[in-house]
Amino acid sequence: MTAVIDYGAGNLFSVKNALDALEIPGRITSDPGEISAADRLILPGVGAFPDIMAMLERKGLTELLRREAEKKPFLGICLGMQVLFEEGEEFAVTRGLGLLPGRVEKICALGLKIPHMGWNELVFQNECPLLSGVPEGSSVYFVHSFRAAPREEHLAAWTQYGEKIPALVFRGHIFGAQFHPEKSGAVGLRVLKNFCELR
Amino acid sequence: MLAKRIIPCLDVQGGRVVKGINFVGIKEVGDPVECAMEYDRQGADEITFLDITATHEGRGTMLDVVRRTAKKVFVPLTVGGGIHTLEDYRDTLRAGADKVSVNSAAIRDPELISRAADKFGSQCVVVAVDVKRREDGSCAVFINGGRIDTGLDALQWIRECESRGAGEILLTSMDADGTKNGFDLELTDTVSRLVRIPVIASGGCGCLKDFAEVFQKTGADAALAASLFHYRELTVGQVKEYLAGQGVPVRKAVGL
Repeated sequence: MTAVIDYGAGNLFSVKNALDALEIPGRITSDPGEISAADRLILPGVGAFPDIMAMLERKGLTELLRREAEKKPFLGICLGMQVLFEEGEEFAVTRGLGLLPGRVEKICALGLKIPHMGWNELVFQNECPLLSGVPEGSSVYFVHSFRAAPREEHLAAWTQYGEKIPALVFRGHIFGAQFHPEKSGAVGLRVLKNFCELR
Repeated sequence: MLAKRIIPCLDVQGGRVVKGINFVGIKEVGDPVECAMEYDRQGADEITFLDITATHEGRGTMLDVVRRTAKKVFVPLTVGGGIHTLEDYRDTLRAGADKVSVNSAAIRDPELISRAADKFGSQCVVVAVDVKRREDGSCAVFINGGRIDTGLDALQWIRECESRGAGEILLTSMDADGTKNGFDLELTDTVSRLVRIPVIASGGCGCLKDFAEVFQKTGADAALAASLFHYRELTVGQVKEYLAGQGVPVRKAVGL
């Protein structure tokens, strides 16, 4: 079972709809027992970095997620990807889950519109199982104003928007997608399917 | 490169798709979920539902359409029409919409934009602005399908929407809408230079060249069309293929 972490916000239903379409058993939950029992975890996210961290804290999920992420495949989406890092600077400097080294910073795209919203192309960096069967140059859907600054070795794919924007990051079986796979058509569904087929 | 988006719009009344010409003379064609799936197959970058029912009972029907579509279509979904309160926002997002567009309710209560942006994030707050030129050449905001002049200056209003936290402007030229003579390039360019949020051009497109022009001659980020796609005069795929040939960056939709 794939647990979609419910922390009181975020686009949980879209992710669940995508899992349903792929016929992958999933459950939206904030229950520690279910999260511990799940085969893999998805942390969706919409909103602001400090809010999601505060909500996870309030639900008592921060430590649990840190622990569980080391044991089973874990995918953070959009803001859920950003909080995988050590800290974010949105509104106030806030500690993240710290599962990946690096910070989350404001996009520096002079003269370009912020948020970075719409379909943009993936450029591959390091080979990543989530991109299996995905052609390089495929477009995926982004909506964000901040971007992660990962280590080079953790970068699976990036996109160009004024600067190099990390699109997919990973360390072992911990993955983060800045784009929304649940809103990126067939390419996005393939990424989700790849994640759910990891062992 | 960030792709220019092509957005088919479906006008929905009582759970069925209709398309008005200049907002009058509405014809009925088809099931919204089926239409949305077809547009998705054609490579639509986003799909917009405009609920023109505007009755309380109609809301429930519309939410059901959104719910069913969100299970079948995995590109962003925008829903507008009949959105008056934060609760409408919440219900529509929960049904599976990614963005919610407001029009007249935002004019009556501009605070709605700020509150929705605050609560749900700017990314889902689209403000639809229907613009019509006055005789003196100034641009006014109209509501009720172009029947009522609100007295608001369009540019001032759009700037206010941005400062209140709108994430996107859906700009419809009421002068161009239904004419098929092309988008209102002057208006679209003025607005896209005015704000730093994305602008969707709407109203007036009648042929492939119109799509190329709106992207080549204005700063529009997306183009929306209803009847052209609905009556199958053009497919989304044809538009994108043409645009790619004209050097406009578009998303190549792939089936995997």
